[in-house]
Amino acid sequence: MTGRVHSIQSLGTVDGPGVRFVAFLQGCPLRCGCCHNPDTWELTGGTPYTAEALVQKATRFTEYFGETGGITLSGGEPLLQADFVYEVFALCRERGIHTCLDTSGCVLNEAVRRALTVTDRVLLDIKYTDDVSYRALVGCGLQAPLDFLAELEARRIPTTLRQVIIPTLNDTAQNVLALKAIADSHACVDKVELLPFRKVCQVKYDALGLPFAFGHLPEPSGENMQRLNELL
Amino acid sequence: MMHENWTGFNAGVWQDEINVRDFIQTNYTEYRGTADFLAGATPRTNELMQTVNGLFAQERQNGGVLDIDTDTVSSLTSYAPGYIDQSKEIIVGLQTDSPLKRGVNPFGGIRMARQACEAYGYLLGRSVEEGFRYRTTHNDGVFRAYTDEMRAARKCHVITGLPDAYGRGRIIGDYRRVALYGVDRLIEAKQADKAALAAGNFNADQIRLDEELFSQIRFLGFLKEMAAMYGYDIGRPAANAREAVQWTYFAYLAAIKEQNGAAMSLGRVSTFFDIYVERDLADGILTEQGAQELMDDFVIKLRMARHLRTPEYNELFGGDPMWITEAVGGMGEDGRTLVTKSSFRMLNTLYTLGPSPEPNLTVLWSSALPTGFKKFCAKVSADTDSIQYENDDVMRPLYGDDYAIACCVSAMKVGQQMQFFGARCNLAKLLLIAINGGYDAESGVHIGPQMPVMDSDKLDFHEVMDRFTVYISWLMRLYVNTMNIIHYMHDRYAYEKIQMALHDTQVERFMAFGVAGLSVVADSLSAIKYAMVLPVKNEDGFVVDFRTMGSFPKFGNDDDRVDLIARDLTHQVITELRKTPTYRDAIHTLSVLTITSNVMYGKHTGATPDGRVAGAPFAPGANPMHNREENGALASLNSVAKLRFDDCRDGISNTFSITPEALGRTPEERVDNLVSILDGYFAKKAHHINVNVLNRETLMKAYEDPEAYPNLTIRVSGYAVNFHKLSREQQREVISRTFHEAL
Repeated sequence: MTGRVHSIQSLGTVDGPGVRFVAFLQGCPLRCGCCHNPDTWELTGGTPYTAEALVQKATRFTEYFGETGGITLSGGEPLLQADFVYEVFALCRERGIHTCLDTSGCVLNEAVRRALTVTDRVLLDIKYTDDVSYRALVGCGLQAPLDFLAELEARRIPTTLRQVIIPTLNDTAQNVLALKAIADSHACVDKVELLPFRKVCQVKYDALGLPFAFGHLPEPSGENMQRLNELL
Repeated sequence: MMHENWTGFNAGVWQDEINVRDFIQTNYTEYRGTADFLAGATPRTNELMQTVNGLFAQERQNGGVLDIDTDTVSSLTSYAPGYIDQSKEIIVGLQTDSPLKRGVNPFGGIRMARQACEAYGYLLGRSVEEGFRYRTTHNDGVFRAYTDEMRAARKCHVITGLPDAYGRGRIIGDYRRVALYGVDRLIEAKQADKAALAAGNFNADQIRLDEELFSQIRFLGFLKEMAAMYGYDIGRPAANAREAVQWTYFAYLAAIKEQNGAAMSLGRVSTFFDIYVERDLADGILTEQGAQELMDDFVIKLRMARHLRTPEYNELFGGDPMWITEAVGGMGEDGRTLVTKSSFRMLNTLYTLGPSPEPNLTVLWSSALPTGFKKFCAKVSADTDSIQYENDDVMRPLYGDDYAIACCVSAMKVGQQMQFFGARCNLAKLLLIAINGGYDAESGVHIGPQMPVMDSDKLDFHEVMDRFTVYISWLMRLYVNTMNIIHYMHDRYAYEKIQMALHDTQVERFMAFGVAGLSVVADSLSAIKYAMVLPVKNEDGFVVDFRTMGSFPKFGNDDDRVDLIARDLTHQVITELRKTPTYRDAIHTLSVLTITSNVMYGKHTGATPDGRVAGAPFAPGANPMHNREENGALASLNSVAKLRFDDCRDGISNTFSITPEALGRTPEERVDNLVSILDGYFAKKAHHINVNVLNRETLMKAYEDPEAYPNLTIRVSGYAVNFHKLSREQQREVISRTFHEAL
């Protein structure tokens, strides 16, 4: 089957363990104010790839993967193309390539469950730890990623929880401790990553003629990031 | 044969013949651990380095040259001993009688020596001028023999940078021989070789060799004399680690006093030194701290080495480099690693003494290197941007396990092989000359086979390739013949006496050719093939520009459609080169390496069909053109890895700049990921990579305020430079290169 790929990064080092081939899939149902890939939002567009062709391309980089690297499907929201994710990951599994899914966890259906059967690791974005923020700033409720996390727990898929730290919205000890509590209550979570909010994507918004919702907010200081990281 | 200074070493054939490799193999101790054992700088080292840094600052403030001795011709014994601070130096010896004072060496060409003095406000001394008035230099000899066509090729810059006015360099003496055997034994061996010649017939080749041996023996005598001026008898073998380092350094020092060759590389000394260090540690006469001090002091001396160059030379080879290349690591043919604790100590000088472009530390990478060493290398790269990597797994099968790197990427067996350096030809310009039927629109020179300008409205790939093939064939023959003249004359008028004395008498020679603009030509041919390229002519009917419509695959994206054009082109070039015989039966080799001359080559080359505007720099070496990579760093590396080392045995240089953020979130992740990248790249049989881990912003700040960044070191193309020593133009080009960034 064919999937829509927004772009490819042959050297990904920040989306999953080790050196990774990252394919950003086209289309996302959410509109997070901090999103750094607004060019992946549209459900149409992107470059069509068959699963076979995408895996073929990834295979050109297996020498770089070492013991920990592999492929990451990110986006956009890759789970909007869950059947494609399944096919890509299944082919990777055949070739011994480690598979990693970078998702918001906002979609959970049969196709997604099937994709998870061939997923080695999930990077799950928990954007906020309270439902009010979620509904106001993301476009779905907190329960969606929590349900997704429960599914990962049931399937015992190693999971990294990630959160973008945005000053004034979630850069507090209280929030990070709440995130830690979620992590601690799920055995599948073996890592929590706090990612500093960055505004380099402003140029993408400008190019698309879209407003950058959080463009007025500052980037977090190194000291605050360190302080929050120490809570984990 | 036995010598008391060899006590404790394992026996081997090295005792009965000059064979340093055998000594290493029978005596070294591999090290598979981490960097934890390393010692830091001692107060003595710090104080000495402070003095040296002060001298560097003075040199910088003085416009790049601290002082010149304009009245003395540089040679082994022509200066009184020089010191930085004698009371603090463990290893002694300077090129002239005072630190950073440069000598003049007119054997390559008196004009160059004169111009170099004048460029820095000095006048070449009258005695030197007089002494060379009736003397033929290498440069004189070459220009007596050059044909009109060779001069035209030089004038229009289709072949440039050739060593026809300066020392050719790229010869590595086996400086270790002096430490292991002492000079007396080396003289005996050369005398025996000379005596053996008497049994043969004396044709021109034999007579030349016979005279060369005479010169070699004479200069070994001068080497001994030079060391004696510093109070050392190096007639005998070195007795301990300090002497081993000192003897080896004297031999290297003699080479750089005698020759101002473009690249004066060191070889592969760390693991050799380690044998002496291990013996002294076992004997309790050296500590880890002392071992690091020895390495530090040796490296301080190497960092002070200087040659006097002209501004034109600096345009080709920016940053005042000497290419004191030291090959570190690698694997042995028996499967043991050649990494020793002293391999770590050598890299550790980038911490004890701070980052530096020299010596040009070159890690011979193998998938089988110990993990501890791989990680230390990656950490040093990320911290200092001062080391480069070359693929031991592709070179070892060809050069064995005691080869070293001359200059940037040229492999040769130490003491057994040498090369005739040949800079490079400009492939992008050649393509334009071909399209214009033998006319270079930039210089107005008619050159090569004369035929009509390609007159079709739209360039046809097959027509262009047919035409290009004719011109490649023509230029490669001219290139070989030009090189033959240069190296005949260099042997005759500027023979490297001390360096060749530290080679076997029967050496294998390479003749190293090069190409510049490979990615420009590959993308241009790809544009002609996959897009629509319309030539734009001037009023005289020559093509001076192109209108390129539509998209086309670009080198650097792991796309075979264009990558194989580049690969096939290098194959075609070396195949054509091989058709013309070389001086002294040298083996033809090819490099894809530009040093910093990619800026100068670009400046002299008109607009190209890939969309590059007239005068814009080429990418360095085998790099894809700046910012044409659309699929990230590894795709770019894959494209370069497709070029075959078999076709380009003189090296394929790739310079890779990545921001720290793009390499990983934490320092530990960055180290692990860099190791994975290097393992992957070299598993693809790639040859070379320079690694810079830095942000463009840092370079921009250093561009605005050079004084604030005196030690900012970056890898450029096969070597490293202090950023502030590059010309403004070269700095801008480096800033404009692709930096692989996190999304």
